[in-house]
Amino acid sequence: MTDAEAHAQHAGVAHQFEDLEQQQEADFLGIWVFLVTEIMFFGGLFASYAIYRWLYFAAFQGGSHILDIRLGAANTIVLLGSSLTMALSVRSAQTGNRRALVLFLVSTMILGGIFLGVKAYEYNQKFVEHVVPGLDWAPEGETLARLAPGGLNHAEMYFIFYFAMTGLHAVHMIIGMGLLLWLVLRARKDSFTTSYFAPVEVVGLYWHFVDIVWIFLFPLLYLIGGRY
Amino acid sequence: MSHPIVPQKTYVLIFVCLIGLTILTTGVAFIDLGPFNTVAALAIAFSKMLLVVLFFMGVRHSSGMVKIVLVAGFFWLALLIAFTMGDYHTRSWTPAPDSWSNTAPPTHP
Repeated sequence: MTDAEAHAQHAGVAHQFEDLEQQQEADFLGIWVFLVTEIMFFGGLFASYAIYRWLYFAAFQGGSHILDIRLGAANTIVLLGSSLTMALSVRSAQTGNRRALVLFLVSTMILGGIFLGVKAYEYNQKFVEHVVPGLDWAPEGETLARLAPGGLNHAEMYFIFYFAMTGLHAVHMIIGMGLLLWLVLRARKDSFTTSYFAPVEVVGLYWHFVDIVWIFLFPLLYLIGGRY
Repeated sequence: MSHPIVPQKTYVLIFVCLIGLTILTTGVAFIDLGPFNTVAALAIAFSKMLLVVLFFMGVRHSSGMVKIVLVAGFFWLALLIAFTMGDYHTRSWTPAPDSWSNTAPPTHP
């Protein structure tokens, strides 16, 4: 039996691994270590957010009140829905249902696209209200009245965090959409089997991680406006 | 590592719980609980994260190695936030010596 034949027997096993199970363990450990580095990456932003929220409490409350809570909540539900379809994608790969796999992966992409679309609309609103730090910072009228009590410079800091945190999150979403497209193409070529579908699971873990970041961003950015 | 196949119903149920918690946290933002608004928001976010991690990400079926890596990651994040906030909160406890706040540069004969 030639090497090539031996390899064909274990479709999807890279040659440095003994068997599929060992390879999968390495895959999972790898993605989890990567996700922990991502926790620390976003963690730096969350820690600095905590400091400034504490120092500039009133300004952060005013800034948060400017955001549209309905869009934030709707986007949260859209993203949670995409996590559901992602989990169902992995399940379809497990059961070897290729049609369902492609369908759920595409649904995940569509929901991700809706999320980014709403986000783009919200970013545009910030330009309309002139609350973009550095580029277009000239709040007026009702917006100014909301932001003034906490100090305009401090409110600008809130929006720096808003753009930095949601922006970094959106970049992760865009990368995730690219990975999903790659999975769809591979699934259509039938390169996954009921025993080899680690790429679907690994991308799934990444997607759920990005969802979790948003689970924390939503209350920290949208819900601290003191809307009672 | 082959995870058992989880019934579709379980995923949908978790999703419904996540939606419920999202509505709850949004509703709580409109009620004045004083400092407990933040506590409630973070507690709900944490519960949502646990649901996603344990069920959607399947950590309840993961190997001990993966669980250790995950817990270590959160532990380090907790250290980062706790020590940073600890520093900022306690800076004003001991006043700086007067000599530090001199605006004029020290004169050397």
